[in-house]
Amino acid sequence: MTTDAGETLSSLPLGQKGRVLGFALPPEHRQRLLEMGLTVGAQFEVIRFAPLGDPIDIKVRGYHLSLRKNEAAGVLVARL
Amino acid sequence: MAIAGNPNCGKSTIFNALTGLRQKVGNYPGVTVEKKTGRFFGSHGEAMELLDLPGSYSLQVRSPDEAVARDVLLGRQADTPRPDVIICVVDASNLERNLYLVAQMLELNIPIVVALNMVDVAEKNGVVIDIMALREKLGVPVVAMVATKGVGLIELRQAVSRSPLPPPTIWTQMPIVLEREVMGLAKQLPVAPDIARAEALLLLTLHEAALDEVTHHDRTVIQATKAAQQRLGTAGIDPISAPVDARYDWIGQVCAAAHHTGDGHYATSISDKLDAWLTHRVWGWVAFLGMMALMFFCIFFVAKVPMDAITNGTDWLAKWVGDHLPESDLRGLLTDGVIAGVGGVVVFLPQILILYFFLGILEDTGYMARAAFIMDRLMSKAGLHGKSFIPMLSSFACAIPGIMATRTIENRKDRLVTILVAPLMSCSARVPVYTLMIAVLMPAHSALQKAGIMLIMYFLGGAVAFGMAWLFKKKLLKGETPMLLLEMPPYRMPSWKGVALRMWERSGLFLRRAGTVILALSVLLWALATYPKPSDPKATPSEALAQSFAGRMGHALEPAIKPLGYDWKIGIGLIGSFAAREVFVGTMSIVYSVESKDKEDITPLRDTMTNEKRSDGTPMFTPLVCIGLMVFYVLAMQCISTVAVVRRETNSWRWPLFQIFYMTGLAWVGAFLVYQGGKLLGFH
Repeated sequence: MTTDAGETLSSLPLGQKGRVLGFALPPEHRQRLLEMGLTVGAQFEVIRFAPLGDPIDIKVRGYHLSLRKNEAAGVLVARL
Repeated sequence: MAIAGNPNCGKSTIFNALTGLRQKVGNYPGVTVEKKTGRFFGSHGEAMELLDLPGSYSLQVRSPDEAVARDVLLGRQADTPRPDVIICVVDASNLERNLYLVAQMLELNIPIVVALNMVDVAEKNGVVIDIMALREKLGVPVVAMVATKGVGLIELRQAVSRSPLPPPTIWTQMPIVLEREVMGLAKQLPVAPDIARAEALLLLTLHEAALDEVTHHDRTVIQATKAAQQRLGTAGIDPISAPVDARYDWIGQVCAAAHHTGDGHYATSISDKLDAWLTHRVWGWVAFLGMMALMFFCIFFVAKVPMDAITNGTDWLAKWVGDHLPESDLRGLLTDGVIAGVGGVVVFLPQILILYFFLGILEDTGYMARAAFIMDRLMSKAGLHGKSFIPMLSSFACAIPGIMATRTIENRKDRLVTILVAPLMSCSARVPVYTLMIAVLMPAHSALQKAGIMLIMYFLGGAVAFGMAWLFKKKLLKGETPMLLLEMPPYRMPSWKGVALRMWERSGLFLRRAGTVILALSVLLWALATYPKPSDPKATPSEALAQSFAGRMGHALEPAIKPLGYDWKIGIGLIGSFAAREVFVGTMSIVYSVESKDKEDITPLRDTMTNEKRSDGTPMFTPLVCIGLMVFYVLAMQCISTVAVVRRETNSWRWPLFQIFYMTGLAWVGAFLVYQGGKLLGFH
């Protein structure tokens, strides 16, 4: 698959690396994600899914961050 | 002086290492956030007060804990003076994200010493940090530390003892348009000039809904902020993201100068390898369930040994006092009120200590985050958070440690809902009631069938807890679902000293705060069951109880509990066990005048209850009444210790009272449905 527009963090497969393009989230959620280092342009890797498939664990700026698919669906990404 | 930092950066370890046992734990007024202070001595022997600020990711706050940290740093916290020096703890193995808070702190105009902790972990990951370069880039003293091994403590003491430390000279430059708006707004703020810029920047970066909730500034300031935000918007600058981006850009430059990553190619860390197993689709569950089973086993069974010893001890003490004092009200007050009350408090200590031992280890090792990661999906079905699981599980042993464990939940609503439903989990105090009622219900059946009934009761409690959690989230505490953002820190060895300190601190808090309430209520309940005294001095205990306040309340209660199939005698049992469920068995013994040598042996009481008749000659304890009573005890609050702890943890009487009300209501409805519904279906 190529980097097509409209891809979100929640749709990425295990081990996929990506880059943040933008957000479709309410401002308070967007702000905290930004502050946790998931800024536009930040690179990350999908490390694992919880045993029940949700939340998602990603590696960003050298540490592990988990977020629910619900929010991940609001993080617009491009595959790397 | 204050110590601040991200969660999981080793802040507590440094705080403990500096202050040792010279710590004080209290609460900030009006909130349930813990205020920890300690004394330590600088390198010249000068005494210093150190305030341990709650772990925060940002000054743009998301939780009550973070709000306290922000308010203290901005001098808004009424009872706490603005610190003169901040020790900012930074995890070297997670430098970029940790520097974000530092970047914000540098804007506060308070002298900062950066404690660069866990440099050993960073080096193992192939990251070498150039301390000199970092110091130069940040413009503040930087001390390399391995707090768990005591490395860098002397240097840290030296760094903070140097006085006076200058305030920071370097901070993130915002885009010029934003900077101009910040300066403009800063001039309008009624705060000290040295923090005006920081205040203005925080205001400008608030989103609209949060701005409307601001109470510490008047409306004109809010209007000015909104106008500035609008101007920024037209200039193409997003006030939400621009400062964050600017700070991370600056952090990028700092890291580029100070970070010497090896070849950028290092082996998967041990932590990642462990996680491959511990969050595995199959093995993750096995490990999780195994760990929870072990914890539950220890709280439930291992704690039983010291708990029995405590019970025996208080029984012995009560007997000793009873033997050595003449028959009087004072003797009754001492043995049945004070000693029973104190015993009722102390008896929870083993469970609390064991729970905090486990919680400390789970928290320290980083497994707590994994447990939340694994459980989040299930818990979110009820609108709860992955972190609600451990408090709920602990509540099967006892709601008190369970409710105390909710402190790990950052979100206020999630925490409150967890507290509200936790006592629905069948705790060990219900077991005596279940055992008695099952014995009356089916005296001849096998142990397996009895265990089956007991299991159904446990299941009922859990199911209702989830249902109520869902309902509370939906109706009572609605609003936006908080987002889950869980940092998964690398696995670490627990700090035994830290775990021990926490166990010590928690049990002390429990004894002081909840203990006093429990004691007072125990004395009150004793008085209710004792006064007024029977006019006939030869009255049996049963007769005396029947005409005491408690007995009269039992009578008065009869109309309310008649639809459940109960009479006033059961009413007395319900009132007597309002303080603690297990008291039901003892109260019923007194009500039915059952003298038993061995308190553990319920057979005589069971036989009496089986033979108890209503006025029309039919048996009192029909199967429906027995099951109804059990259901009542599954759902009813009936535990003043829990009430006291909820009062303490929510800092108001509102929630514990609500909890008594809703749980008693549920219990009544449950027992009503069993009794009346059962009768309609032709059972008896």
